Amino acid sequence: LGIRDLTAAEITGILDTAENFREINTREIKKVPTLRGKTVINLFFENSTRTRTSFELAAKRLSADAVNISVASSSLSKGETIIDTALNLDAMQPDCIVVRHGSAGVPHQLAKISKAAVINAGDGANEHPTQALLDAMTIREHKGKIEGLNVAIIGDILHSRVARSNIHLLTKLGANVKVAGPGTLVPSEIEHIAENNLLAASNVEEAISGADVVMILRIQRERQDSAYFPTLREYAIHYGLTNERLNLAKHDAIVLHPGPMNRGIEIASEVADSSRSLILDQVKYGLAVRMAVLYLATGGSPTH
Amino acid sequence: LIFMRLLITNGHLIDPAEGQNSGKNVLIEDGRVSAWLSTWEQPPEDCQIIDAKGLVVAPGFIDMHVHLREPGQEHKETIASGAAAAVAGGWTAVCAMPNTTPVNDNAAITRYIIEQAERAGFANVFPIGAITKSSEGGELAEMGEMKAAGAVAVSDDGRPVPNAGIMLRAMQYAKDHGLPVVDHCEDKSLSAGGVMHEGKISLLLGLKGMPAIAEELDVIRDILLARETGAHIHIAHISTKNGVEAVRRAKNEGIPVTCEAAPHHFTLTDKDVIGYDTNFKMSPPLRSIEHLEAVIEGLRDGTIDAIATDHAPHHRDEKALEFDRAPFGITGLETAIGLAFSELVHKGIIDLPRLIELCSTKPAEIFKLKKRGTLKPGSIADVTILDPQEEWTYSNLESRSKSRNCPFNNRRFTGRAVMTIVGGRLVFDARRNHAGDRAVTTDA
Repeated sequence: LGIRDLTAAEITGILDTAENFREINTREIKKVPTLRGKTVINLFFENSTRTRTSFELAAKRLSADAVNISVASSSLSKGETIIDTALNLDAMQPDCIVVRHGSAGVPHQLAKISKAAVINAGDGANEHPTQALLDAMTIREHKGKIEGLNVAIIGDILHSRVARSNIHLLTKLGANVKVAGPGTLVPSEIEHIAENNLLAASNVEEAISGADVVMILRIQRERQDSAYFPTLREYAIHYGLTNERLNLAKHDAIVLHPGPMNRGIEIASEVADSSRSLILDQVKYGLAVRMAVLYLATGGSPTH
Repeated sequence: LIFMRLLITNGHLIDPAEGQNSGKNVLIEDGRVSAWLSTWEQPPEDCQIIDAKGLVVAPGFIDMHVHLREPGQEHKETIASGAAAAVAGGWTAVCAMPNTTPVNDNAAITRYIIEQAERAGFANVFPIGAITKSSEGGELAEMGEMKAAGAVAVSDDGRPVPNAGIMLRAMQYAKDHGLPVVDHCEDKSLSAGGVMHEGKISLLLGLKGMPAIAEELDVIRDILLARETGAHIHIAHISTKNGVEAVRRAKNEGIPVTCEAAPHHFTLTDKDVIGYDTNFKMSPPLRSIEHLEAVIEGLRDGTIDAIATDHAPHHRDEKALEFDRAPFGITGLETAIGLAFSELVHKGIIDLPRLIELCSTKPAEIFKLKKRGTLKPGSIADVTILDPQEEWTYSNLESRSKSRNCPFNNRRFTGRAVMTIVGGRLVFDARRNHAGDRAVTTDA
């Protein structure tokens, strides 16, 4: 349901399991019978190309039967409560329900009443655990470790589920995390959501200085009318990741972005397309992570 | 029904309005308290006896803040079901907020509520009228007419008047008619879209916050308006540290301000929202521990005048939604006294006379309910009989309310109201489980 409730050992266990699944995705025949006979329902209340495709492919490569359900906005629009939806799906006896929803906590609500394992594919501004896991896998691949690394997370921390999951994961595994962005989107109390290793930097430059990893969050244009900052132009100038700002980081620093990118706003194109940017690696590892999570959620044991 | 004499014997009578705190028998005749008898005095003949041995006899409890949903939202609650839940919780009277459909903003609806309550026959129901028409914050509602029809206060609860100029005029006008103005203090420009208290936990859960300052700002505005107009402002369900502090200072300055607190605000915190159970969603929201401690201190030192439930029933389908889409509000009539005993009295924060003051004496005084909030001879025989030591468990399956949205389901309590007498009639007896009956007939 989230990284928040996992221990460092559990997180490492998932990452190690994912490592083992990576190899399958490089084979000519990318399919193993691990989850044959299991049913996975992808229940997406919010649009998503990347995450849904990734979960669907992950299920299929493990030989599970995957069904995709896309529900426009909320169950409420059909007059059905979220509980009804869950009970109906549960009656079909799936082994696993992967859920994405615009409201925080929906996976938790489903998990309480469903007999199937529930996997959180992003809930409101709460968590996006598989994103954090694939980010961690990318970091491990390129840095060899997570403990002791300096990680800067830049952008809309307030509304970002990617930020929350990453903050929990990275601080639990011993990285030093600094967050930065406009004051309207980086509440000072954010420092208290992790037990330690988390700091709200006073500006973007401070956060990036000496960083091993720079993680850029997507600016959600649809939030523009809420006036968290004046214009996208101003955001790009003061908070966007440009080459100059990136030069404050370590010379071998890597850049991550959960996608989809707003080029020229939160990330300059020259940064996005540089060799330091690992955005496509993230997508690749996402598949392995989701295979691992499906496998573990349906009863597998770590590092099979 | 022909009323006979009722004698409450062997009880410990506490009536803070009269400074009474010792064993007395209470004689009730024709719906009024007729005398206090010492235990050795011979009672008149033909009395129905209520044995209150080991129990506390108190003036009837008055809940200043409930939502009965009728007219218009009878799938959540009716006046009859709400009044039945009230007496089961020990309340002999409830004050009904005007956010019904349509809004209680005129005398016809006020009268309708009173008539429905009389038909139901459980608790007394005192309507609270709207401040502005349809509670839209614009034109003033007909306060004088509503007062004449039986309204005891005015409020735009849940939709507080945002415009200070209109609020000022409303307070001037309400003062003319002797009506207290009850305000749900929330500056919605600061809390819009919020679904829980803003702080560490809201950040952790990714839920939009309602900051404490949204309440504080409106409390301070209302206090300044009360100072300006001399009108009586009553702050509903106060929940913030600075809000309580502002009221404390205003009272010291002699400004006519009173306030109430809801049981969940001295019992639960924002940490209880972890888990996304919508039965922990209400407005004002469950706040962090320092706010809870400030509310408890306010109850202890007298800054807070009353305990009021903010009983807000919602149908289960309405609550079975995403946390950010579910409506605000929880039921509270049947659990309030158990919470007050367990969390305040038995923890040594307040004593029994103070509990009775918070639940009866002060509410009657604030809403000027004559001959209530006391049991002195001549007053109306609304009586709440308490067993401070009874251990019990609340189950919402047994609730008299039509709704089940209670965060205290299956909670253990020590202390409760065991009998509720309204107008001289025993309308609830926990030991006989009499709720649901219209009334208990006398043994004449």
